[in-house]
Amino acid sequence: MDAYIKAISYYLPDKKLTNEDLNVEFPEWSVEKVASKIGVSERSITGENEFASDMAINAANKLFLEYKINPEEIDFIMLCTQSPDYFLPTTACIIQDKLNIPTSAGAIDFNLGCSGFVYGLSIAKGLIFGGIAKNILLLTSETYSKFMHPKDKGNRTIFGDAAAATLISTNGFAKIENFSLGTDGKGAENLMVKTGGMRFRSAVNKTSIDENENIISPDHLFMNGSEIFNFTLEFVPLLVEDTLLKNNTLKDDIDLFVFHQANKYMLNFLRKKIKIDEEKFYISLEKTGNTVSSTIPIALKDALDKKIIKENYKVLLAGFGVGYSWGGNILEF
Amino acid sequence: MEIKDFINHFADQFDETDKSEFNPETEFKTLDEWSSLIALSVIAMVDEEYSVKLKGEDIRNSNTISDLYNVIASK
Repeated sequence: MDAYIKAISYYLPDKKLTNEDLNVEFPEWSVEKVASKIGVSERSITGENEFASDMAINAANKLFLEYKINPEEIDFIMLCTQSPDYFLPTTACIIQDKLNIPTSAGAIDFNLGCSGFVYGLSIAKGLIFGGIAKNILLLTSETYSKFMHPKDKGNRTIFGDAAAATLISTNGFAKIENFSLGTDGKGAENLMVKTGGMRFRSAVNKTSIDENENIISPDHLFMNGSEIFNFTLEFVPLLVEDTLLKNNTLKDDIDLFVFHQANKYMLNFLRKKIKIDEEKFYISLEKTGNTVSSTIPIALKDALDKKIIKENYKVLLAGFGVGYSWGGNILEF
Repeated sequence: MEIKDFINHFADQFDETDKSEFNPETEFKTLDEWSSLIALSVIAMVDEEYSVKLKGEDIRNSNTISDLYNVIASK
């Protein structure tokens, strides 16, 4: 038995946030310079009344249309999100109803960020190998823009909203090979929205300014850039190595590396550190920004559409970030 | 490792600030061009050139280039 990716589509909200828009809001700041370094010219941002379930449903409907999939075929829904519509019920349950997926389907949400897509593939593969489900709809949908402090120019330049829908099945175009997964909760506080959950239920409405003149607010998304950067420098090379090892594959046998599209600056640094040729390293975030768990499926879809991924290609995926959490996998096309 | 080389590497992370502005006593966080992104470039440069893992707090606790140099030399 094998598990395959059978279809991938994605959805971007209509509203765009361009570098010019940011420049108007932060005239004293060199948006263009920073944005060119991180490789983003435009991000899509959800409207006031558009949430994770809405984007996920749009992505799934695109998938059904594009690949002529009948929602009746889906027997399991997985939604990866850190910005669910509600604490409860599970957003995937709402999605089941709205997509007219049979009530006999299983549905779960799981809370992961940038490693979420690879984790989703691993769970889906387990469901198939366990004989539990055959057509799993993996949805990744994140509205980080709603977590942002309006004055947080750094994070607003990096992140964009998006959703992706991937069908994992017993047949398809990309065989899901072996995984390397990992976790280090010591990094929890370096990428965090501190208040709003049960531990700190109420907003504190208190902001401070760090030494780089960035705004810090416990009620909004906080990212300690230098610590996250150090985490990736330390763990991503090991993740790539272990993923190759688990698949009994050499680095030279990989045709394309698709990493979580965090930002171009960091990706290029990682690429050089791991010694991957530029032409084998896919970068695709200029028009989307960092869309958290959707960056890898969006990059895969774009690389397929542009015929950068060809038949028999071995593609190494690496997702890493908030948690800290990371996961690697090889897809065989 | 010599501080002269370190200052050169450090200055390379800046696009607009004149090289003459950099000396051991430069309080780098007061430079107009200093930003969190340049802090990342410095971390990357130190990793690449000196195989030393510089932490955000090492930068936070350093005022001058020479302070930072001493942190790296001690690791």
